[in-house]
Amino acid sequence: MEHETTILSARETLSTLDALAARLAGTITRPDKRVVVGIRRGGAIVAQLLRDRLNHLLGRQLPLGFLDISFYRDDLNTVGPNPVVAPTDLEMDIDDKRIVLVDDVLFTGRTIRAGLNALFDYGRPERVDLLVLVDRGCRQLPIQPDFAGLVMNAGRNETVKLVTGPEGWKVVLKQVKRAS
Amino acid sequence: MEPGGCILIKGGRVVDPANNLDETADVLIENGVIRAVGRPEVPSDCRIIDADGLVVAPGLVDMHVHLREPGYEYKGTIASGTRSAAAGGVTSVAAMPNTRPVTDDPSVVGHVLDKARVGGVVNVYPVGAITKGLKGVELTEFGLMLEAGCVAFSDDGATVADAGVMRRALEYARAFGALIIQHAEDPSLVSEGCMNEGVTSSRLGLPGIPAESESIMVDRDIRLVQLTGGRYHVAHLSTAGALEAVAGAQAKGLPVTCEVAPHHFSLTEEAVNGYDTYAKMAPPLRSEFDRKALLEGLARGTVSAIATDHAPHDEDSKKVEFCCAANGVVGLETLLPVSLELVAGGIMTLSQCLALMTWKPARLLGIQRGVLTPGFPADVVLFDLMEAWQVDSGRLHGSARNTPFHGRKVRGRVKKTLVSGKIVFEEEKY
Amino acid sequence: MSANHWNRKHLLSMRDIGRGEILSILDTAASFREVNHRDIKKVPTLRGKTIINLFYENSTRTRTSFELAGKRMSADVINMSVASSSVKKGETLIDTLATLQAMNPDVVVVRHSESGAQEFLARNLNAAIINAGDGRHAHPTQALLDILTIHDHLPNMGREDFQGLKVAICGDILHSRVARSNAQGLATMGAEVRFVGPPTLIPAKVEEAFNVKVFHRMEEGIAGVNVVMMLRLQQERMAKAYVPSIREYFHYWGLTKQRLALASATAIVMHPGPMNRGVEIASEVADDLERSVILKQVANGLAIRMAVLYRLCTPGSRS
Repeated sequence: MEHETTILSARETLSTLDALAARLAGTITRPDKRVVVGIRRGGAIVAQLLRDRLNHLLGRQLPLGFLDISFYRDDLNTVGPNPVVAPTDLEMDIDDKRIVLVDDVLFTGRTIRAGLNALFDYGRPERVDLLVLVDRGCRQLPIQPDFAGLVMNAGRNETVKLVTGPEGWKVVLKQVKRAS
Repeated sequence: MEPGGCILIKGGRVVDPANNLDETADVLIENGVIRAVGRPEVPSDCRIIDADGLVVAPGLVDMHVHLREPGYEYKGTIASGTRSAAAGGVTSVAAMPNTRPVTDDPSVVGHVLDKARVGGVVNVYPVGAITKGLKGVELTEFGLMLEAGCVAFSDDGATVADAGVMRRALEYARAFGALIIQHAEDPSLVSEGCMNEGVTSSRLGLPGIPAESESIMVDRDIRLVQLTGGRYHVAHLSTAGALEAVAGAQAKGLPVTCEVAPHHFSLTEEAVNGYDTYAKMAPPLRSEFDRKALLEGLARGTVSAIATDHAPHDEDSKKVEFCCAANGVVGLETLLPVSLELVAGGIMTLSQCLALMTWKPARLLGIQRGVLTPGFPADVVLFDLMEAWQVDSGRLHGSARNTPFHGRKVRGRVKKTLVSGKIVFEEEKY
Repeated sequence: MSANHWNRKHLLSMRDIGRGEILSILDTAASFREVNHRDIKKVPTLRGKTIINLFYENSTRTRTSFELAGKRMSADVINMSVASSSVKKGETLIDTLATLQAMNPDVVVVRHSESGAQEFLARNLNAAIINAGDGRHAHPTQALLDILTIHDHLPNMGREDFQGLKVAICGDILHSRVARSNAQGLATMGAEVRFVGPPTLIPAKVEEAFNVKVFHRMEEGIAGVNVVMMLRLQQERMAKAYVPSIREYFHYWGLTKQRLALASATAIVMHPGPMNRGVEIASEVADDLERSVILKQVANGLAIRMAVLYRLCTPGSRS
């Protein structure tokens, strides 16, 4: 039986998102240029919840897109068997836009690296801000979030995940046996 | 073993189908000849071979073997082929003429016999070609070839497709009482086919050969036998239809016989799955329906011989696309154990089974072999009827590896093989 | 969706390929279709991988499709064409094998005129083998792209899945690897497959071999079907007495507008190409964009081949 600890309960997850949206909204000077892009799959959920809050705070509809980074990974030989691939959905033009790139948990930074590469195959944004629900540490690349809901230090043998339960989305920490 | 020596094979279960013998007995051999079977008085200097727990039978006669020499020594030689025969308990082989040059001239017959005398370890009986160069047009010199040592005639590997030529062959052979052996496959129905036509060929997308390619040719030939009275034998018969035709001809009293190969009565077209070129031969492995018909034909006595169609090939001829691969499988070393499955399966008795590999083919070929009758050459096989073993293509005694039986669990292990009183094979001791 | 797993090293035929595996390819292809529609039609997925297109038979369409698929995924793609005349000598395959082994490719895409050649290569080579057509045996990527194309049109037919979908595969079934692979793949998806053609061009015991219904008359075979898949008739079939003439063949087995009217009102027309207009299909049917999905098949071919390359290069495929 693996041990599971709740890091952010469903209620705390929502309040963290509220706070993140408020902080982000405070920095937005050109809402017409803002686009929210979530990285599948966890980042897409966070992006959706965040966009709803931003729409409310800013009083306008921000465009929302989803990025699948399966084809951009640098670790094709080490990803688990049968990666789930979902289509990228970026209908809007992202040239000269200010992108908020959203992910659920920031870990090594490799996903964000792949996400940036994917993003730039769709256009040339003016700037990209990185927003994550949880920064769990253990970075392997020089990537830092502009907005993080929770910063913590999880060990390499621990995994931090956004999961859904009866009360809604929450963040949990699990011990894992890592095959090196 | 010095000539003139004396050997006593002691205490084995002697099975000599020709003499209707199946009992524990001793076999006394002197000067390479069977002297007595039973409880003979034994000279004092006689070498004793203990056969306790073993079957002692006449050395097997395989009336359908390709030795490949001359011309295809890279596939097999008279030496390697007869070594393989000895390991399988086979003491006499009929060597098919599709060599290079073809055995279509008395000089080639002489050459094969010379080579066999020097390098062969079992008796070799050349089969002459029916037509020059196996081309199916001009007859060979049946009379002179018989005098040179041929025992029968066949264009095996090719079919005598022209009805007129087959008619003349059967007619002319009567002058000498010679046996005509037909490789019965209508070439126009075989066409580009490379396996039996059926469910498996349809699935694998391989061009099929209908069973009728064989039965049509046998039907036609039987009518020609009726016309001519020539002695006719169907090589490696593989289909229910052809078997029915042979049974019908026999019922009419026509001189029609047939042989079947162990691979045809023990395997089906499904062995080709995976495009296994070791399961490719002509005629091809047939359906389960045909296989069952062959078993019935064996039980009823329609079939006169079990013959291997032993066809060694070099690896290059088999390690290719299925349709490009050469036809043929080796069979001498699996002949006995696979045929013994007929006994274990209740199809026939041990004596009936051995008859199909001893005196029956010997009589068809007119050779003095396949019996333990006093005065006959002492060709003997000693085998353990029940010993279980697994066929391993890497441990065959010949040069080729192309057996479709690799990995098969069988029973019946040859322990010793004697040709004219000389031990030519003894099972290795590990 | 996570139940849709791909768990094999090679793609040699559609036999034994399960429904989940087919769906995993269709899902992946949907993502690659998106890549193929953007300005920068390239992803770095297979950077550093080597793909060899080994073609013993000429096929510009299939070869180009695989080449583009590999290049759009940033793999190094090398084309090797082997003259078919030397194949008959039988030594080429084993010789090529040694050459290939030395290049250490990750994937070898093989087209060969002899059935089973790819199984031979798969047994003797370390690389993953994709069968791009072998003799009369199999053409699995064609079947997958056809299944994807039909899948795209299911909503138009008022259907959610393949269950009970009627597909008529018509023409020279005997010599067709496309017919064999489609029959197997479509049956796995739950469709009801019919083979329609003259008795001389239907393989032996085909009902048993492929679980299909056989019709010799076009009118009966395509009555009420949802998909009409036409096959190419090679001109050399006349010489070997399979059919007497093109005129007679088209008269009885050609797909005309009148015959197509017998199929379901929402039926689509497919063809693996290249077409023989006036032999197996009338131009008015081939060019009718309401019914003919032939160009969509080509577009889907690229996405399917990208998806197959992706699945064979991810570690779940190493079983």
